[in-house]
Amino acid sequence: MTVKPDQDGAGRAAHGEDRFARCFPAEPYAVREALRAAVARFARRISPEDAGALELTLAEVLNNVVEHAYGGRADGQVDLALSHAGGALCCRIEDCGRPMPHLAIPEGTLPPTGVAVAKLAEGGWGWSLVRGLTEDLAYERDGDRNRLTFRIPLDAV
Amino acid sequence: MNLMTESGPDALVVRVHEERIDAAVAIQFKDRMRELTAGGEGPVILDLSRVDFVDSSGLGAIVAAMKVLAPLRRLDLAALTPNVARVFRLTRMDDVFRILPEAPAAEGRIRAAE
Repeated sequence: MTVKPDQDGAGRAAHGEDRFARCFPAEPYAVREALRAAVARFARRISPEDAGALELTLAEVLNNVVEHAYGGRADGQVDLALSHAGGALCCRIEDCGRPMPHLAIPEGTLPPTGVAVAKLAEGGWGWSLVRGLTEDLAYERDGDRNRLTFRIPLDAV
Repeated sequence: MNLMTESGPDALVVRVHEERIDAAVAIQFKDRMRELTAGGEGPVILDLSRVDFVDSSGLGAIVAAMKVLAPLRRLDLAALTPNVARVFRLTRMDDVFRILPEAPAAEGRIRAAE
């Protein structure tokens, strides 16, 4: 399924609050600012729980772009596009970094918790969080671009 | 990274005066926790009541702080806000940490940590 977020839901754009798009540098403080702006855009029409789910999901995906797709490159750019339609937030994240390993979204198995403190993982939760908070998660490599799309279902408010 | 410590009767309380522990500050958080707890003894309670957002990088930094203190000292967490509690629940790290519903009340001897 190919959805062009620049066209879908165009009839709703009159409200001005149904979509959000931003291009920003792939570095942690720019990610913070993009998260703040994205959450602020939808905060009035979604529940605090859904706003939290949106922020956490986007943070995990965007941190992954910064740390793995661009992996320290200073010139990376990220395109984030969100639209609010049909009881969900439709999200699209694109970058020109390295492709996902094996061109697939990692499984996201949670690290074990029943181990000695010294053996606890200090990471590896990101994709599990993303998989748990989203629907229709899909990845494609399009030329030199990575494109990740998913939906965050919203509570009926 | 604004962290304040208080020496309580039963534990060292570290109060996080930041809204976020995320990828942008995870390394600073880990380093500050190491400095603030160095050379002490007894349990440490991390007061997260002012923190509204923790991502997996922030969670990793909290786990790293726990590992620095172990095996002789424990790190407990207190006063998780709903968003932060959800991250611990979804990652099952709420099984790993002792989580207190409220942070210990402020006592007399307070010193600014930064």
